[in-house]
Amino acid sequence: MPLAVELREVDFAYEHGEPVLRDVNLAIGQGEFVAIAGPNGGGKTTLIRLVLGLERPTRGTVHLFGEPANRFSRREGLGYLAQRAQVGVEAPATVYEVVAAGRVSQRRFLGPLRADDRRVVEQAIDRVGLSDVARRPVDRLSGGQQQRAFIAKALAREPSLLVLDEPTTGVDAESQEALAALLDRLQRELRATVLYVSHEFGAVERYVERVVLVRGGIVFDGRPDELPGVWHDPSHVHV
Amino acid sequence: MFDQEFMRLAFTAGAIVGLLAPAVGFFLVQRRLSLVGDGIGHVAFAGVAAGYLLDVSPVLAALVVSAFGALALEWLRARTGGAGDQALALVFYVGIASGVVIVSIAGALNVNLFAFLFGSILTVTRTDLAVAAGLGGAALALVALLYRPLAAVSLDEEGARVAGVPVALLNGVVAVLAAVTIAVSMRIVGILLIAALMVLPVIAATRVAWSMASALAISMAIGLASAFAGLTLSYYGDLPPGGTIVLVAAAGFLLASGAESILGSR
Repeated sequence: MPLAVELREVDFAYEHGEPVLRDVNLAIGQGEFVAIAGPNGGGKTTLIRLVLGLERPTRGTVHLFGEPANRFSRREGLGYLAQRAQVGVEAPATVYEVVAAGRVSQRRFLGPLRADDRRVVEQAIDRVGLSDVARRPVDRLSGGQQQRAFIAKALAREPSLLVLDEPTTGVDAESQEALAALLDRLQRELRATVLYVSHEFGAVERYVERVVLVRGGIVFDGRPDELPGVWHDPSHVHV
Repeated sequence: MFDQEFMRLAFTAGAIVGLLAPAVGFFLVQRRLSLVGDGIGHVAFAGVAAGYLLDVSPVLAALVVSAFGALALEWLRARTGGAGDQALALVFYVGIASGVVIVSIAGALNVNLFAFLFGSILTVTRTDLAVAAGLGGAALALVALLYRPLAAVSLDEEGARVAGVPVALLNGVVAVLAAVTIAVSMRIVGILLIAALMVLPVIAATRVAWSMASALAISMAIGLASAFAGLTLSYYGDLPPGGTIVLVAAAGFLLASGAESILGSR
């Protein structure tokens, strides 16, 4: 299987800080649905920031689809939902406007949206079931609907790699179930590689093919059913 | 009122300022950088003073100095991360202190300087108007061309960075646009008040808008209406134009807040 993500012998420390990750080796094939779990402060977000080329390793190499992550040339195909995503503006941005922001990329950012961009935006909104509220400001929607709007924004990139960092934070249990089922369906429809980062597996556990536990390094990498019982709550992981 | 050429010039310049200031201020307010215009305005004061000292056009000198100040501010803000207010304070105080020192050296503490600080209808010349139309038109065209990426960066800077959008370049463009707005506007509104016209119409529009795009359009409409109403009041009431325009914009904010309460639109 061709690789979407490859980290080799990666160490990482923030400037003047203790090492956050040590000796990380990870290979994720194209089209895999992988949960990256572990306790808060264990290095999950740092790991995906390395994958996305937002940070550079202090040792080792990180590749995306065969290219060095920090010089990756097809960035328009990276869908990313940041931790605690929220509308970062004062104005009442609508679902359509938030999702349309996902069509802005390295290669296409001048002038108004083109017809094919509008079609992709409408499709992404439809995929997450928000067509009825597309013209409503995002901050007037429920927490679950807001998360779906941000996922639609990531989908509007027509991503080959979709990275979701703690997408269920602040979302009720019912919405978490719906979100996990939605991601499973999208992953199968789009055949994208999905990295689902969370401090708990929750609803997504039954859909993912592989779980990677991170605590200063990778302490488990395998199928969810291979996880020792105590590790089903990753906040209790002991290295 | 329009029988007199200086009022025709003032209204034409006012139209450019009224549209441009909120259009650029929109992207500052969205990113919670409302006071950046004020900081750059104080750097422009140093530029005007340098213009007097070097005997070159104060507007041109203000444009060059405030553009450098704006880029320095953006660079400091990017480097200091969460301490953006400290970067702003640094640029703010260095700007005003440099201005005071240079004005004193140039011996330019006179009525002309006050016209730049607080705005004056009588000071707008045909040359000023041509410069304002050229720079203002170009700045508005750039805002229209870059609206989508500027909105995307305002909505989610890190997401835009992941997608390879040139975030640092776009932030630099907004900073320079703010400097251009101040240089274009200082004849009418004044260096010390122009930042208000970049912010007040935007926060007023945010109260009643139903989308980002409508917020931008409404803020430009409020800016234009404030400039026209302020100039009219200034003419008939013999009031300073800058202060009058800003007070009209503040009244627009109060009206919009009232409308928001009544309509429950937010």
